[in-house]
Amino acid sequence: MCTVCGCGDATVEGHSHPHPHDHHHGHEHDHSHDHHHGHEHPHHDHDSDKDIHYGRGIAGVHVPGLSQSRIVQIEQDILGHNNDFAGRNRAWTAEHGVLALNLVSSPGSGKTTLLCRTAEMLKAKFPVAVIEGDQQTSFDADRIRATGIPALQINTGKGCHLDAHMVETAIARLGVVDDSVLFIENVGNLVCPAAFDLGEAYKVAILSVTEGEDKPLKYPDMFAAAGMMILNKIDLLPHTDFDVERCIAFARRVNPDIVVLKLSARSGEGMDEWLTWITEGRRRAMADKVATLEAKLAAAKASLRDE
Amino acid sequence: MHEMSLTEGVVRIIEDQAASHGFTRVKTVWLEIGELSTVVPESMEFCFDAVARGNPLTEGAKLEIVRVPGTAWCMDCAQSVAIASRTDECPLCGGYHLNVTAGDQMRVKEMEVE
Repeated sequence: MCTVCGCGDATVEGHSHPHPHDHHHGHEHDHSHDHHHGHEHPHHDHDSDKDIHYGRGIAGVHVPGLSQSRIVQIEQDILGHNNDFAGRNRAWTAEHGVLALNLVSSPGSGKTTLLCRTAEMLKAKFPVAVIEGDQQTSFDADRIRATGIPALQINTGKGCHLDAHMVETAIARLGVVDDSVLFIENVGNLVCPAAFDLGEAYKVAILSVTEGEDKPLKYPDMFAAAGMMILNKIDLLPHTDFDVERCIAFARRVNPDIVVLKLSARSGEGMDEWLTWITEGRRRAMADKVATLEAKLAAAKASLRDE
Repeated sequence: MHEMSLTEGVVRIIEDQAASHGFTRVKTVWLEIGELSTVVPESMEFCFDAVARGNPLTEGAKLEIVRVPGTAWCMDCAQSVAIASRTDECPLCGGYHLNVTAGDQMRVKEMEVE
């Protein structure tokens, strides 16, 4: 599986794509010299010694020494290739007034049910499109399509997340129209999708009240990356021990700015606020498009004057 | 296991650099991985071992990981503080109004090549 498009394993529904990876990175510079890194870091030992914690360990410090080999300094972001595609997706959505939301959660949080309900309630107001990510099957895309909304399934094969190249391909195949809302339902996984920018306006983390309220602390990277947390299935609160305020406090601990919505996709409670938020986000995306077009127009007029 | 994808990303960067700098073998690769980034260095080492094998460019190459400590700006104390994880409290005031300012990077820093 390749890093960015997942080719080898991933399939975009109805499509197989041979594609050469032609690309290049700028700013390479190559020079041999002596240098060293001084990154000592303190170890923070406040967890139990018995816990296995792969987040720590081996501190690497190196001095290249007397080797005759060359040192090539490159300073490149490992995710740079993905981020290039994400930047392209973001530019595309800005140009077309599209609000793109990346929905992330663990499996079973009710993402697809929430999406079906949302799509049904919005489809009369403005265009909606859905990209579905799962390792296997097109069940989710089938469910969305049953609501009359265009949906495209990406199967990641063994992959644990969607990446920006998959999304670029899917946007093109789906024929996402101007001024629409594009939902990207990521693979159910609270870990890996945190690292991969898809070019969305926001990551929306969905947590259902049948899960643990401590998930924001167990999976802090995801809640740190998300702009919004939705607490779903609140109709089930009377049957669970889920402490809503504690959960929100945990989420704010890793992300002080996170917006929180409480709703039930099944009963419809709280859905209005969610739909208002989406509608407002779409309006902003459209306003950005107008600003971009006006800037282009002004530039075109200026160059005409200068002729 | 997104470490596998990321490691393949490292090899992709190496291949690009080999093409532009004209080297044929990498002896050591230095990565800079922040303590607050989303990767586990041990997994990365494991994956690199698997990915590097069978590729004449990277076969036998050593992966060196330089950890970069996490730093955050405490909005209440109005100063920079050291943190080891995103769930840490401010070591000065015990609050959680922290914005991560460093230690979330994942970069290929440099390579020893021949």
